[in-house]
Amino acid sequence: MTMTAEVPEAAAHDVDDDVDIVNGYELVVGLEVHVELATNTKMFSSSPNHFGDEPNTNIDPVTLGLPGALPVLNKAAVEHAIRIGLALNCEVQPSIFHRKNYFYPDLPKAYQISQYDIPMNIDGFLMLPDGKRIGIERAHMEEDTGKSTHVGGTGGRIHGSEHSLLDFNRCGVPLVEIVSRPDIRTSEQARMYVSELHDILIAIGASDAKMEEGSMRVDANVSVRKPGEPFGTRCEIKNVNSIRSVGRAIDYEMRRQIDLIEAGDTVIQQTRHWNETDGRTHTLRTKEDADDYRYFPEPDLVPIVPSAEWIEEIRESIPVLPAARRAHLSMVTGQPASGEAISVVTSRGQDEYVLAVAHLGGDAGRALIYVKEAFADGPDVPAADLAVLTRLEVDGKLSATQAKTVLAELVANNGGDAEAIAAAKGFEAMDSSALESVVDEAISADPAAWEKYRNGDQKAVGALVGRVMKATKGQADGKAVTAILQSRRDA
Amino acid sequence: MSIPATPSTSDFAGVIALAEQIRNGDRTAVDVVEEHLARIDAGDPELHAFNLVTAESARAAAAIVDDQIAAGNPVGVLAGVPVALKDNLCTHGVETTCSSKILQGWKPPYSATVVDRLAAAGAITIGKTNLDEFAMGSSTENSAFGPTRNPHDPSRVPGGSSGGSAAAVAAGFAPFALGSDTGGSIRQPAALCGVVGVKPTYGTVSRYGLIAFASSLDQIGPFTHSVADAAVVLEAIGGHDPMDSTSLPQPFPPVSSVLDRGVEGLRIGRITDLPTGADDDVNGRLDAAFAAMEAAGATIVDVQVPAFTFGLTAYYIVAPAEASSNLSRFDGVRYGLRVDAPSTGEMMAASRAAGFGDEVKRRIMLGTYALSAGYYDAYYGKAQRIRTLIAQDFAKAYAQVDVLMTPTAPSEAFHFGDKGDNPLSMYLCDLYTIASNLAGHPGISVPYGVGDEGLPIGVQVLAPALGEPVMFQVAAELERLASK
Repeated sequence: MTMTAEVPEAAAHDVDDDVDIVNGYELVVGLEVHVELATNTKMFSSSPNHFGDEPNTNIDPVTLGLPGALPVLNKAAVEHAIRIGLALNCEVQPSIFHRKNYFYPDLPKAYQISQYDIPMNIDGFLMLPDGKRIGIERAHMEEDTGKSTHVGGTGGRIHGSEHSLLDFNRCGVPLVEIVSRPDIRTSEQARMYVSELHDILIAIGASDAKMEEGSMRVDANVSVRKPGEPFGTRCEIKNVNSIRSVGRAIDYEMRRQIDLIEAGDTVIQQTRHWNETDGRTHTLRTKEDADDYRYFPEPDLVPIVPSAEWIEEIRESIPVLPAARRAHLSMVTGQPASGEAISVVTSRGQDEYVLAVAHLGGDAGRALIYVKEAFADGPDVPAADLAVLTRLEVDGKLSATQAKTVLAELVANNGGDAEAIAAAKGFEAMDSSALESVVDEAISADPAAWEKYRNGDQKAVGALVGRVMKATKGQADGKAVTAILQSRRDA
Repeated sequence: MSIPATPSTSDFAGVIALAEQIRNGDRTAVDVVEEHLARIDAGDPELHAFNLVTAESARAAAAIVDDQIAAGNPVGVLAGVPVALKDNLCTHGVETTCSSKILQGWKPPYSATVVDRLAAAGAITIGKTNLDEFAMGSSTENSAFGPTRNPHDPSRVPGGSSGGSAAAVAAGFAPFALGSDTGGSIRQPAALCGVVGVKPTYGTVSRYGLIAFASSLDQIGPFTHSVADAAVVLEAIGGHDPMDSTSLPQPFPPVSSVLDRGVEGLRIGRITDLPTGADDDVNGRLDAAFAAMEAAGATIVDVQVPAFTFGLTAYYIVAPAEASSNLSRFDGVRYGLRVDAPSTGEMMAASRAAGFGDEVKRRIMLGTYALSAGYYDAYYGKAQRIRTLIAQDFAKAYAQVDVLMTPTAPSEAFHFGDKGDNPLSMYLCDLYTIASNLAGHPGISVPYGVGDEGLPIGVQVLAPALGEPVMFQVAAELERLASK
């Protein structure tokens, strides 16, 4: 897993605060998330579904929409789509495909096979880690388009370009579009929603959900209103390519709409393009230019009517989802389930490892912190080795600083005997009376700093701790030193 | 060239006879192919049944069949028998045009399932036949490459859209041909050319590799000199194909084995509320067919199929709607005609404007309109409800009878240009064939004598879905009665 960059940072504001009110306006957001399914082959043909290959190598008559070619639905794609629906608490119903008709060079049939008014999954919800429930209107199947690269002109847009290159490798890759209800009220909730959805998709194996590769793509429908009033006119924001951008784009768009209204203008319903570089959204098209997609039932396919037995089989194959895993980890470590450490570790799929450390007699709380800080993925250190290290630390045989040094050795060597490493480094547990005398020496050596500290200057503590660290060659436990200083001051 | 009207029998050897002669070593496949190529050379410059004659590959394939037979290897049921393919069936590496400028020069990188199955059975593709552009028409006058002429009277149309295939069989250019039938495009030209033409039950013959006109209506079927030949061909090309999701998961219903059963005890329905409009001589032949059937032991039962008459209107919503979508892929981007223009959108528009003929454009516009926001329910939605109604009315009729008999086409073959300026009168050519496409049911046209002008007239036998066995049983009897 390589999603560490997209794990949400700790909430910048109180997450219990359910709405952002800016200038008296409330944000209303619904998200449409497209995810590419982790199938071996495409939605309607046997071409490989594989990212990053040489352009136009994963193609066939069906992918290219050659005359006479017909689609045949990939059962594995249906299974993944049902799995997504079940993981999002949806009702799975018999469904059909429609054709969505429009001309575009990377859409070779000039229609996209999609689900329209009878989608597969309806009426679900997703619980955010903070307990907020976001409704899921639908999660339906559709096929991906090819990819256009516009050469010449500015910004890779078709307008003003000299020519375009087409790659049909992505064309026909199975997608599920997950449409939330407009239940999101803060940009932080939007970020949490995307992050949580990402983790769920990974957990159930339905998608690799890599926003940077486009296998998970987010469009945000954003509007503002005065609390209690009807929904305002919405704008759809496209090209939001990271979880960080989800927040930035929504914040910008909220501000833009509020400014418009405050200036006496009205928000016009339109599709807007998020520009990561200038941090703004730009008009892509207004509702008036929108295509009439002339939807009608796809006559080349038959309805999808999954049997109740098959749905149950899929339901039983769904593993424990991230929310339950966080709750479990929280119980074992004593850390808050919605806290950063548990989020990060669960999101990276390292929770099992932390539980293993605890099971082997290690300290779960320390293991959680070690794993979060020292292992972006993996870990490659045997859980038993980490268990030994956490015990040494919580038993007071190693200071936090010493433990960190040993941890670095374990990481570098993919494991090892923590006790032996500590001994080799000459680490000895410094008993508290020894540490107290070092602290007293530091106080005597810098009476001015001591005076300042006693008079409430917290900054002065740094000078004193620094002296202790110097005297102990960095092996003293900083927290213990501060505690002794406090007890001396308060004595 | 002009051949005498021989509506119910043929001067030419049929599929079963040829296959037997070749298998038995009485004739070589090369000899059979050369004979047909010679007839094509002599006759096709006038008739224009073919867009392309694949003489060299046919000779090569025939030589291989002869080698197999000489070596005593087992060969397929159609080994060495030439076939003409409607030019909307994809043939690997062989130009497939739909008789449209927009596809001229396009060589598919794959073959239609039916083409593969014919090859597996040993049949030899002798050429690609002319059609109304994208199968839209009833006279083959809408071909971008010029019309096909009726072998019985070259001043007249062969019917359409599979006019090239019908004419090729009638003229002896091939003992059988494949066509596609969306609203009557096999049965109507079969009737006008005096050959047998079958539209099987929707889903019994794979559509994979058939360039779609209207996906929910299109079916591939054969043109032959006899009902028995048609049965053999359908058994070779039909049956489940995993490449077509609408293909039924079962073999083609057994039809060759039922042909001798006669009609004793069968109930044949006469639709009393059939839409009027057929010429008197056509109705006369139908009446004669009913009388002959009754004499042969069938019971004639009057039934009503009230929704039959709405078929034409529903068809001209559903078929253009699907066509408008199916034909959108011809955009100049990847294959076929491209007319360069400053922007992508203008290039697409210019390519389509130059590449499609008037009838195709007319139907694309009709269909686009019918699917547009705000009109969908009034047109497409209502047309689909009519389809349901037609199926229900057919079901009531089939509760009383085994098959229905109707005219195939309202008239004998007409002259070129007779209907060219009036799309509606052309559309009426399919008045009696369209309902079975909308219901997904099978239909067969069997030559049954000649009309006032001495040209062939066909009688159509209709059956419920998968009712091919009883349909063929009756058709075979009709064929026997016609030759009496």
